[in-house]
Amino acid sequence: MPDAPGLELIAQDLNGVAEGSVLGTYHEHGQGCLIVEPDRILDVLRWLRDEPTQQYRFLSSLHGVDYLPAEPRFGVVYDLLNMPRIERLRVRAALADPGGEDLPEIDSCVELFPAAEFQEREVYDFFGIVFRGHPDLRRILMPEEYVGWPQRRDFPVGGEPVIFTRDEPVMPRWYE
Amino acid sequence: MTTEHLHRSTPSHGGDILGETGEEVIGTSAVERTAAGELLEPEEELLTINFGPHHPATHGVLRLLVSLEGEVVRDLKPVVGYVHTGIEKNCEDKSYWKVIPFVERMDYLSYFFNMEAFVGCVERLLDIEVPPRASYLRVMHMELNRLHSHLVWLGTSALDLGAMSMFFYCFRDRDRVLDLFEMSTGQRMHTRYFQVGGVFEDIPVGFARNLRAFCDEMPSRLDQYEAILNGNEIFLERTRNVGVVPRQRLLDLGVTGPLLRAAGEPWDLRKVTPYHCYGDLDFKIPIGSAGDGYDRYRVRVQEMRESVRIIEQTLDGLPEGPWIADDRKVVLPPRDELATSMEALIHHFKLVTEGFRVPPGEAYYAIESPRGELGCFVVADGSAKPVRVHIRDPSFVNLQMLRDMCIGGYIADLIQNLAMLDPILGGIDR
Repeated sequence: MPDAPGLELIAQDLNGVAEGSVLGTYHEHGQGCLIVEPDRILDVLRWLRDEPTQQYRFLSSLHGVDYLPAEPRFGVVYDLLNMPRIERLRVRAALADPGGEDLPEIDSCVELFPAAEFQEREVYDFFGIVFRGHPDLRRILMPEEYVGWPQRRDFPVGGEPVIFTRDEPVMPRWYE
Repeated sequence: MTTEHLHRSTPSHGGDILGETGEEVIGTSAVERTAAGELLEPEEELLTINFGPHHPATHGVLRLLVSLEGEVVRDLKPVVGYVHTGIEKNCEDKSYWKVIPFVERMDYLSYFFNMEAFVGCVERLLDIEVPPRASYLRVMHMELNRLHSHLVWLGTSALDLGAMSMFFYCFRDRDRVLDLFEMSTGQRMHTRYFQVGGVFEDIPVGFARNLRAFCDEMPSRLDQYEAILNGNEIFLERTRNVGVVPRQRLLDLGVTGPLLRAAGEPWDLRKVTPYHCYGDLDFKIPIGSAGDGYDRYRVRVQEMRESVRIIEQTLDGLPEGPWIADDRKVVLPPRDELATSMEALIHHFKLVTEGFRVPPGEAYYAIESPRGELGCFVVADGSAKPVRVHIRDPSFVNLQMLRDMCIGGYIADLIQNLAMLDPILGGIDR
């Protein structure tokens, strides 16, 4: 793990390479996190992956978070790993909710990290975050015809009717 | 069959098996030509079939869309989600201590690991130190669980390759592990043994004796299994040089665990970031060289031997002392105090009704499960319920390599590749 000053140095270097890409940093429980501008996410990830002093070449996890009611609401979290140095670094793209029916969008990092393919589909499936340039962006765990983004914080738990075929003859279309 | 035949080099990643058999492959592949809208001759037409979701060789409810040219796999697409139960969403509605039985049920063969990932992550958020006895007990149970998980894998995978008796032998030993779990935790599966701060209860009298008897017997059992499979012509023929994926490609795909180690990358979180008492224990990380199905099998069997050694060491070095941290804001007070201490009663009431509160923050905690890096990411907002629980399940990420393993090979090798991949659909779908 880079320590707190090390994290600041990375943020400084990143702002030098891609100006305005790092919005903030925080370091807690021994783990550092960079909060970045979603439009610059590919620049940030590419620099962290290819820069000889960084070499975070392994994407161990990619997931979404909904910070409702905080603004910007969504976060796409990339847990990067430098295997030779055994260092982890978290990068969080802070995505605002465009509101209405529009979905928040971010660039897909499948080109940089092929490991992200399934995980980006999972984030799309549960949070409705669109990954631009993803080769096959469909729902992965929920049924394809499902409507709604179940892991958003304003999506209620439970209450979905279970459809039993045995009820159909007695009450046709009872579930509607 | 001659030894020459045994060591023939079948094409590895990206190779074309028809090229070996002397048939000419002209121009671009049938997949590309079909995609381009070209009408193919009947004999080169692709056949797309659904493999699963209900098929014994998929080890769960996994559906594979397979495009075949004759018997050769040309394209493959895994379709998952049939046992999705919304565990991550449900966790957001439960207090922290009620989440533990939920996450256990994700990867149903490695429940101790799921618990450890979540509990360890919450402990990191709370900055709680686990007492040494609890850390030894946790490692002991996790390694037993690794044995259990690998035994189920060995039995079912060998069954897929036609070694019927292996299934019964492995399940016999797996049952002994479950008996041990029942003795120490009260449950055979989904034990909810780990608590935030330690473990639920100390091990009972006699458990150490039973466990030692098991550890004494297990290496000879593993010798027997290897005697059945290592010299088995059919097994060797079907696993050697099959499903090879280059090491760099595995790293790009995020593959971890025995699959990565079989390709020669000595990456094991127990060694590189020792959690609990792994730093005090002496064990080796088995790695393979070729990265084929046979190496994956050998690496897992060697891992079982190392697990037995680790369990023996935790038994020898098990320290005396408390098995759960002494933090009354998080840990339930001992039962006997409830009758005498008002304060203990209040704490008990608060913990059971509301649960403990976790200060705001987020943490990622990764451990080495039998299938690779099992990470847990928890976001806390200061209340008694987590805002977000995400489990990075190794099966889910590793499944992406199946396409690389199978394309250009026979459909019979697909069964073998899937067996050696060892996906657990409960973990993939969560």
